[in-house]
Amino acid sequence: MADLSVKIHDLLLKNPVMLASGTCGYAEEINEFYDVSQLGGIFLKGITPRNRDGNLYPRMAETPSGMLNAVGLQNKGIDYFIQNIYPRIKNYETPLIINVNGSTVEEYIEVTEKVNELDNIPAIELNISCPNVKEGGMAFGVSCPGAEAVTRAVRSAYNKTLIVKLSPNVTDVSEIAKAVEGQGADGVSLVNTFVGMAIDAETRKPLLSTVTGGLSGPAIKPIALRMVWQVAQAVKIPVIGMGGIMNAADAIEFLLAGASAVQVGTALFKDPFIPLNIVEGIDNYLLRHQMSSVSELIGGLQL
Amino acid sequence: MGKKSVADFIITENIPLNKDNYLIRLKSPESLPPIKPGQFVNIDIKNSSEIFLRRPFSVFETDYKNNSISIIVKVLGRGSKKLTEVKAGEVLSLVYPLGKHFTYPSPGDKVLAVGGGSGLAPMLFLARESGLPAENMDIIIGARSATDHIDASAYNKYGNIYFTTEDGTLGTRGLVTHHPLFGELANYDKIYACGPEGMMKAVAREAKKTGVFCEVSLENLMACGFGVCLCCIEPTVNGNLCVCTEGPVFNINDLKWQI
Ligand SMILES: Cc1cc2nc3c(=O)[nH]c(=O)nc-3n(C[C@H](O)[C@H](O)[C@H](O)COP(=O)(O)OP(=O)(O)OC[C@H]3O[C@@H](n4cnc5c(N)ncnc54)[C@H](O)[C@@H]3O)c2cc1C
Ligand SMILES: Cc1cc2nc3c(=O)[nH]c(=O)nc-3n(C[C@H](O)[C@H](O)[C@H](O)COP(=O)(O)O)c2cc1C
Ligand code: FES
Repeated sequence: MADLSVKIHDLLLKNPVMLASGTCGYAEEINEFYDVSQLGGIFLKGITPRNRDGNLYPRMAETPSGMLNAVGLQNKGIDYFIQNIYPRIKNYETPLIINVNGSTVEEYIEVTEKVNELDNIPAIELNISCPNVKEGGMAFGVSCPGAEAVTRAVRSAYNKTLIVKLSPNVTDVSEIAKAVEGQGADGVSLVNTFVGMAIDAETRKPLLSTVTGGLSGPAIKPIALRMVWQVAQAVKIPVIGMGGIMNAADAIEFLLAGASAVQVGTALFKDPFIPLNIVEGIDNYLLRHQMSSVSELIGGLQL
Repeated sequence: MGKKSVADFIITENIPLNKDNYLIRLKSPESLPPIKPGQFVNIDIKNSSEIFLRRPFSVFETDYKNNSISIIVKVLGRGSKKLTEVKAGEVLSLVYPLGKHFTYPSPGDKVLAVGGGSGLAPMLFLARESGLPAENMDIIIGARSATDHIDASAYNKYGNIYFTTEDGTLGTRGLVTHHPLFGELANYDKIYACGPEGMMKAVAREAKKTGVFCEVSLENLMACGFGVCLCCIEPTVNGNLCVCTEGPVFNINDLKWQI
């Protein structure tokens, strides 16, 4: 077996394949299929300071090679997580990363400070890119001043690994990436979902209760790949790539484009075993190409 | 280690039951875990970018000796249509077993099971598994017209089967709740329903009036089927719950239906 380990700042991953926030619950649901310690890391469902019911049903629409979602960050809040969920999952032998959300800078800090106290959470992913909430979320992630303000504030409240999750719904994602790097982010992850919509022509109604939602799955892969490539060239901090990854070849493409690791999201809905197949597929690829370590792949695009 | 699996099942039979319902029997490569009425499987209908997500179907029958299950598929849209075109020998990937099952009736209970449309399979499965003598199990099956009904005579030994049709071509004319048995609901200890939402709400309304225990099985749109995407939620007295993990079976008193 080749050396699959990678490092994202202080975060040592046994392999570069992680699960994307909002697509793997709090890891327990995936652990019902297999031992999640085989994964590189797990980004838990987005958490806010207090309970959020999320948006009204219907929250999902299938689209060609993908889906729209409008979940709207349904979660029971950070205190519920710490009391009820964290004790059950904290001993999983893979890094668990909390996806931090808020509608104001103060709310982001409120969640961050509480997470800072949790010994078994080695990193946070600051979600400034959720398209499905009215306040906060993506509003911070689509302008450099917004992204800078929230990153700066959270950085001063958090001393472990800080990853900022970027929105693709911007003109130039590398500008935002540089802005958060400048405020002390240890890494960036991208992409979150693309704002999209679907209409039922027969009923003339939108398929989502919120009219618009976030597009994910293979449909977005080429755009996500392009954005990861641009960002990897623009910043020095590690990049975590995602968007439509369904198999090892997809994951390797993201690594070649400059991602140090990847997250698998929507693919889990089709088959929760896909991330394990990807780990195996990357290992086979390295053997086949006589490479001894996955780090040789990162940014290895031949122009 | 987990109690849910992803497995490639081999189709052993695909039998048309009427113009738009098919009985599909599938054999598992591994030994079947216990599967109970109300639980479902999530099926990957391959080879089409238009059908990206899996489709959920209730288990109709289990055959532990042959590691086989069956489902009844009603053609609704593109995925169910494609699924009914499968042939014996083909392979389908299933995520299973998913969801929670119906509360089993207690010995001596008198039960009314109401099924319609795509909701017939779990009702007949429940009748078969209930352990009750046939005289304690009444089953009403509703459809638009006689040609929409399937032959359920094999289930006569598990209960008394009654039909309703909206056009009166078979059994009682009208909706399931127009059946005379709905005039005697207080005779029952438990009522179960699965089918179109309007039908389940009508049954729930009558059950609520008489205060009889009533469970329904919901068919909300699903993406994952195992509790990670939060797309299938139903508002309940305990907040928005995932139908795929906290359901699909719910007691009507827990739902926020305006009935
Ligand atoms: C737990 C569960 C158990 C089920 N059991 C059975 C079963 O035993 N037999 C059976 O035939 N069907 C069952 N269904 C319903 C079945 O999953 C859907 O009919 C199927 O997914 C439709 O897919 P399609 O591609 O044919 O339709 P699509 O082409 O995706 O949709 C066609 C139209 O139907 C609507 N639609 C799609 N799915 C649903 C749904 N679940 N509820 C309401 N409207 C919908 C769409 O919005 C669209 O307007 C079950 C559903 C659930 C959630
Ligand atoms: C149902 C659903 C819920 C999501 N919830 C979150 C979330 O809570 N926080 C977040 O940062 N991203 C969330 N995302 C975005 C994913 O983490 C990921 O960025 C996106 O789906 C693209 O990757 P994919 O194509 O592999 O799914 C969600 C995506 C989906 C489909
Ligand atoms: S379908 Fe994904 S949570 Fe129920």
